[in-house]
Amino acid sequence: MSVVRVENIDIAITRGGIKIVENISFEIAPGEILGLVGESGSGKTTVSMALLGHTRKGAVIEAGSILIDGHQIVGAKEEDLRALRGGTIAYVPQDPGTALNPGLRISKQILESLEKHHPEQSSEVHMERVREILTEVALPSDKDFLMRYPHQLSGGQQQRVAIAIAFACRPKVIVCDEPTTGLDVTTQSRVLATIRALCREHGVAALYVSHDLAVVSELADNVAVMYAGKIVEIGNRDEIFFHSSHPYTRRLIRALPDIAGRNQILGISGYAPMPWERPAGCAFAPRCADAQAICSQEVPSHTQLTPTHFIDCHRHKDATKIAPTPRVDRDLVSASGESFLLSIDGLDGFYGSRQVLFDTNIHIEPGECVALVGESGSGKTTLSRCIGGLHDDYTGSISYFGTELGKHAMERKKEQRRDIQYIFQSPYASINPRRPIGATIGRQLDLFFGLKGTEAQLRIKELLDLVSLPHSIVTSFPDQLSGGERQRVAIARALAAQPKLIVCDEITSALDVSVQASVIETLNQLRESTQVGLLFVTHNLALTRTIADRVAVMRKGTIVEYGGIDSVFNSPKADYTSRLLEHTPSLK
Amino acid sequence: MAKTLKPKSQMRVLTALTFKQTYAKIGAVLVGAIIFIALFGPLFAPHTFDEFIDAPNAGRSPQLLLGADYLGRDVWTRFLCGGRSIIGLSFASTILGVGLGLIIGLFAASAKARTDALIMRGNDILLAFPQIVFVLLVVSGFGSSIFLIAITVGFTHAPRTARIIRAAAAEVMERDFIKAAIAVGEKRRRIILSELLPNVTSPLLVEFGLRMTYSIGLVAAVSFLGLGLQPPAADWGLMINENRGSMTVQPWAVLTPIFAIAVFTIGVNFITDSFAKVAIGIDRKGKE
Repeated sequence: MSVVRVENIDIAITRGGIKIVENISFEIAPGEILGLVGESGSGKTTVSMALLGHTRKGAVIEAGSILIDGHQIVGAKEEDLRALRGGTIAYVPQDPGTALNPGLRISKQILESLEKHHPEQSSEVHMERVREILTEVALPSDKDFLMRYPHQLSGGQQQRVAIAIAFACRPKVIVCDEPTTGLDVTTQSRVLATIRALCREHGVAALYVSHDLAVVSELADNVAVMYAGKIVEIGNRDEIFFHSSHPYTRRLIRALPDIAGRNQILGISGYAPMPWERPAGCAFAPRCADAQAICSQEVPSHTQLTPTHFIDCHRHKDATKIAPTPRVDRDLVSASGESFLLSIDGLDGFYGSRQVLFDTNIHIEPGECVALVGESGSGKTTLSRCIGGLHDDYTGSISYFGTELGKHAMERKKEQRRDIQYIFQSPYASINPRRPIGATIGRQLDLFFGLKGTEAQLRIKELLDLVSLPHSIVTSFPDQLSGGERQRVAIARALAAQPKLIVCDEITSALDVSVQASVIETLNQLRESTQVGLLFVTHNLALTRTIADRVAVMRKGTIVEYGGIDSVFNSPKADYTSRLLEHTPSLK
Repeated sequence: MAKTLKPKSQMRVLTALTFKQTYAKIGAVLVGAIIFIALFGPLFAPHTFDEFIDAPNAGRSPQLLLGADYLGRDVWTRFLCGGRSIIGLSFASTILGVGLGLIIGLFAASAKARTDALIMRGNDILLAFPQIVFVLLVVSGFGSSIFLIAITVGFTHAPRTARIIRAAAAEVMERDFIKAAIAVGEKRRRIILSELLPNVTSPLLVEFGLRMTYSIGLVAAVSFLGLGLQPPAADWGLMINENRGSMTVQPWAVLTPIFAIAVFTIGVNFITDSFAKVAIGIDRKGKE
């Protein structure tokens, strides 16, 4: 019997009645994990919070029924909900850094729900349970650990404490909202293993919300794919990942970087519409290659394909199967040494008295893409900032076509600043919010080439074409654009300088997979057409294989492995590299 | 072209949103009324402001709308004529003080850590003087002229505004778009003017409103203490001072200017509060 039974729920904004999610139905059996995947704005978090009887301010569950272990959630009184939360249904938040109370000790935070839901038990029994659950999430349970505060734990440990809090009262249902976003791959795989084991052993039904299909494919029994507030396809894991019928699901899977290096990634143009801009008919139609007239007129009905597999699509029978484009093996042709675009030799980087980079050597040839991979804190961003002239606390040499570069951007020649461009991680922070896009790009043209007026306008249009943005965007402000569009603006700004080298610092980490894939496509095309060299900094190993010629694996400020992309991935020499490869989730 | 046009249009959106709020509307009416009185009041005055009309502290009558003051002058006339100096002085000193504070704050935020520390510690020393004490010190030392009052009051605002602006600008300095500007070699002046300044406009305007109300209080207090405009000039602060002795007999001579000052202050606060609310909402949307 299903312990979670959601039937036809609609959640709408109270003012204006715009529906955020529509007609959502699914069931979860004890011990089963349902993965809920979708891009940002698809409504997956709204659905997951509804299970706890919570809607964000200004929204309300308008219709439908949510049964959690026989209790009706829709329309339940606040005190009844409170009795269920933490006891019958528990929540693992996305960011434990903000979800844990920084002022309370670990033991106190786990005890809270026990004391609330089992006031009849003695404090010894409670402490016993705290130790037990900490052992289950593979954390120490000694007195010293129990007395710690959240800031004394690592990110992975914090997330496991959050899981311990959720599992403390032996809930029947657990809701996880992207609990591994922001964790390193090795930590992520440990956290996932913990969740999987706890659900299996205690028969807990889990709803696992994520935008990361690879993670879901490793964890979930069943998968629901959400798009624009609707579940467009739902089925068991194999049906979704290997026999998907919905064009959106297929494209999402094609957009996923493939660590095995078999296929190229393929982006989906456009972006998911916000609740108030959803089109009539099928919401995916404007982005769908298989769309026909009917798709933009009629809302597709819920069709059953197998006992477990349902789909909302007019064209599921004859939609094109997208054959994966095989990826061309890239391995080094030459390493001549004479004509290096950029050489980094024996670089030691510091923050005051603390050394964060140790004897780093990297060489980039013109038109080549070198990936710099490492977990958080490995020093990869510091290295890229040294190259960009934004961190000048280093010794050693960075030279550009054999000429030593000044440490700070201000000490460099104008041509050098023009030829080496830097693109930042977050497109939300890297573009001046108070200036229109056209002025942001135009400034580069004015600064480096003295282009103004109509000439500049023409050039801006060329650049926007290059990164596939509409011309009308020049008068828009950043807050009117989506994350993917903003990052393209940042790329266009870099390209405006006609650089020889672009330093890309985690440029896709704030983006959805489909958008990430199209940004990567854009960069790959640019490399072919302009011979620009790239230093591609990322924590995502699978992604490097789709773009890089060479890869440098970094750990604690040291490059532990450096070589051609395929040789490193096929036969890694450093233990650390093999460990990273092993823990990176992928579709298997 | 687009460069200069656009930030303005965003400002226009902000302003439009501000005046959609009820409190801002009320504030606008209040401020508008007082400014109208200050500017055009003298045109409607039935007498001249220093004319002796009736017996001292004469009560209200059909001829004297609000009675006469302690010397027998018409309170209504003096009220209509007495707003110009206080409103004008407040505006002048606020613009001066906030402008100076803005320059100091932006400069400090964009300077090297050491220069920044030096400026801000100097700023802290100035902050140690209570505003009113400093103003009285200067005015009693150098004599009371309107310009001196405006400049001194403005000067005491500067370190306070500088603090707020520096804090806001320091946060903006940490954002990546400033680093992007540094990386391509933009000049310091340009970073301050076109990257930093547009991003501190919201705290700046809120600060302007706040300093405006402080200015009114300070200028009124200086007049009240007899160091501002000198008799027989008509001035709201001076009126309160002159007539406070006979307040039990003739309360209108004191209450009318107090009421006007209060209405103006409350009105300005309504507008700036509404603006702050809108600006926070818009900034949040921009950052995510």
